[in-house]
Amino acid sequence: MSTIILAIVIGAGFGAVLDRIGATNPNWIGKMLSLKHLHLMKTILLAIGTGSVLMFAGQMAGLVDVGHMDVKTAYTGVFIGGLMLGAGWAAAGYCPGTGVAAAATGRRDALFFVAGGLLGAAAYMVTYPAWEAWGLLDGAKLTLGTVPDAGYDGLIALRGDVLGILLGLGFIAVAFALPERPLGRAASVAAE
Amino acid sequence: MPLNWKTGGLLLGLVFFAAVLLVKPIGVSTQFVIFDAMIGDVANPDLITQADEGYTSTNAYLAKSGGKYAKNAANPLNYSFVFVLAMMAGAAGSALLRGGIGREERRLPAIWKANFGDTPWKRYAVAFAGGFIVLYGARLAGGCTSGHMMSGMMQTSLSGYIFAAAAFLAAIPVSMMMYSKEG
Repeated sequence: MSTIILAIVIGAGFGAVLDRIGATNPNWIGKMLSLKHLHLMKTILLAIGTGSVLMFAGQMAGLVDVGHMDVKTAYTGVFIGGLMLGAGWAAAGYCPGTGVAAAATGRRDALFFVAGGLLGAAAYMVTYPAWEAWGLLDGAKLTLGTVPDAGYDGLIALRGDVLGILLGLGFIAVAFALPERPLGRAASVAAE
Repeated sequence: MPLNWKTGGLLLGLVFFAAVLLVKPIGVSTQFVIFDAMIGDVANPDLITQADEGYTSTNAYLAKSGGKYAKNAANPLNYSFVFVLAMMAGAAGSALLRGGIGREERRLPAIWKANFGDTPWKRYAVAFAGGFIVLYGARLAGGCTSGHMMSGMMQTSLSGYIFAAAAFLAAIPVSMMMYSKEG
């Protein structure tokens, strides 16, 4: 039962923050992916960096259970699926989580996105055996370094939690370094 | 106008951290499959069956990993599914508290209008097709923007980096071609 309460609290917090950072707004997604306004990109990079530093520092201090990590398998289909998701994300301006959240805020196009998504997921359910037969789903659960006690193999010979903190700090640094408007209006005025 | 990126990024990072501290990393796209399976099981009660040692399905995808998806679809009051319902409630509540999304914007986003004119049905068709490709791709990849990109890269998972590279490789050219005007 308590996990249901946690689902409600963390889920509601996630949805509310997605709405407040503009991630559920296709206008902001479009401006980010066409590199006109990187506000949302800076937000997300800072979030990944913050999460990473806190998680790995918490693990080293013994406050965060390493067993809570959930690393997904790397296989060829990750790349192919990533390309598909990227194309659809750009066209629609929604990804699975933000599409569902946007539909809940009353955006009508997001309802169509979710309906298309349910059909796409169903299509995958039906065609899954073919992908599996082709061997495109075979791979391994790898982290970049080896995180102590996590049970995943590391790609390079560095301690995974130390590397995680360094990469987290790297994400934060990139968030600060990225320009707000690389190809945005301020730059395009001169070209017009 | 969204929150300042420093405030917003810090808040979102704290949500990621709270999730992995208390339960597990955030992910969403699997729940599209769970919802499909719930509908499918109503239409065809043979889809999900309870065996002695758990759940299984006539669909190979729902039956994989010891019937994990079949089990969650048969018991939708589980963490991951309730998480998504709560996410919807959180987003809706947040939008209401800041005065709601305007009627015109709810009908048609400004960036679409700037690039394609007042063509809402064309927009809905693109959103529907986009949703199809996004979820097909997310399931093939085993996760989406939240599971792979946010949670995955946070955990230094190789699959998260592969996924993010592929997603931006496709998303940036498509977006630049379709949305050359800001709106």
